[in-house]
Amino acid sequence: MLRQFGTNEFLFILTAARWTVLLSLIAFAGGAIGGLIVALSRVSSLKALSLTAGGFIQVFQGTPLLMQLFLVFFGATTLGFDTNPWIAAAVALTLNASAFLGEIWRGCIQAVPKGQWEAAGALGLHYPATMRYIILPQAFKIALPPTVGFLVQLIKATSLAAIIGFTEVTRAGQIINNATFRPFVVFGIVAAIYFILCWPLSHLSMRLERRFAAATTR
Amino acid sequence: MSTALQAQHVRDEIIIRMENVQKWYGSFHVLKDINLEVRTGERIVICGPSGSGKSTLIRCINHLEHAQEGRIVVDRIELGASSRNLDAIRREVGMVFQQFNLFPHLTVLQNCMLAPMKVRGTSKSEAEATARKYLERVRIPEQADKYPAQLSGGQQQRVAIARALCMNPKIMLFDEPTSALDPEMVKEVLDTMVNLAEEGMTMICVTHEMGFARQVADRIIFMDRGEIVEEGTPDTFFTNPRHERTRNFLGQILSH
Repeated sequence: MLRQFGTNEFLFILTAARWTVLLSLIAFAGGAIGGLIVALSRVSSLKALSLTAGGFIQVFQGTPLLMQLFLVFFGATTLGFDTNPWIAAAVALTLNASAFLGEIWRGCIQAVPKGQWEAAGALGLHYPATMRYIILPQAFKIALPPTVGFLVQLIKATSLAAIIGFTEVTRAGQIINNATFRPFVVFGIVAAIYFILCWPLSHLSMRLERRFAAATTR
Repeated sequence: MSTALQAQHVRDEIIIRMENVQKWYGSFHVLKDINLEVRTGERIVICGPSGSGKSTLIRCINHLEHAQEGRIVVDRIELGASSRNLDAIRREVGMVFQQFNLFPHLTVLQNCMLAPMKVRGTSKSEAEATARKYLERVRIPEQADKYPAQLSGGQQQRVAIARALCMNPKIMLFDEPTSALDPEMVKEVLDTMVNLAEEGMTMICVTHEMGFARQVADRIIFMDRGEIVEEGTPDTFFTNPRHERTRNFLGQILSH
């Protein structure tokens, strides 16, 4: 028997959006830490470290996120870990975000002019101090627009976690649709929720980019 | 008049010694058997056509570039395998770049305070006092709280000089310090450098400013194609250059 689509069904979908937000935040926070490590490894003069980071990036950029989710989820079970969709989704998205943010930030670090390294070196500053006080603050400004842009991608990517059974907003939509069979209304609402989450960020990213362009063309 | 009669500010002690220094970029031989001795207090101007290896030479002194062969001894410190010696050398050698290379995200004052605090471990208040003293010396104390982008090129270069002086170096290297400046700003930077020379700083300047060379240099070195072709006092260098290549170069830059 089909259920009617009413307020309760709508609220079910809406409240599931908090899991989308939470998963996005966890993946972003984890990806930020991982991404910084990947980026710093990538620009390191230690060949082994740089190549390892490069390989990590290639693997995660060259395979679909869905496969990464499957491999983490089913892989953990195969290895004997009792995993749940929550942890699997958080781990897979964190690794994925680490690779992408690492690559974005590598470019930003390398976009800081070489003269900055030379000036710091000539003043006697060592690598860690140069990175921390000179290079990263400048790279951060360059990185802000693409990083916010990536956060938008990440929020949308969390929808794939629905497939391994994690009840975020997309899966909530599927559940309601199975009961009400009003796919257009249901997935329209789901899409609208993603849009409401992402649009302000896209807008912010564009504004940051314009501000950055204005600051650097002078 | 004997050229052996040195100006009073030059002392006997040799502070920089380069012996048989060779450097290649790939197969391109940038520095060919460079031998150079600089005495404490001496002011040296290096000139020559672009691509002649002038900048590379002075960048080898503080090891921004590494020479593949030869010895470079700075203030009796030789860069061996140890990076500790590199630190010691860089503490004694200040450098000013063509493109200023100020830190754009830091204020003028912070630009000057960073290295003393992080490299020498100077306290914040002491670093600030030193920074203000040198900003005063280069005559821009009122710009201390601005960011580099808010200053003119000449002001930025003077900040860069102050920033290097805050580390209290024994030697200052200038790599074409006025080449990126608008003509009306060249003088303020050169004046600052003349003041520094008058205070007895050991200076090596790569520059095309021949007026400055004439006024300040104890010795002018002319380089071409990676070699030191000729060196001499400004008097002999300008009035009586020995080499054809030097005469051609001087003809080109002094003709207008």
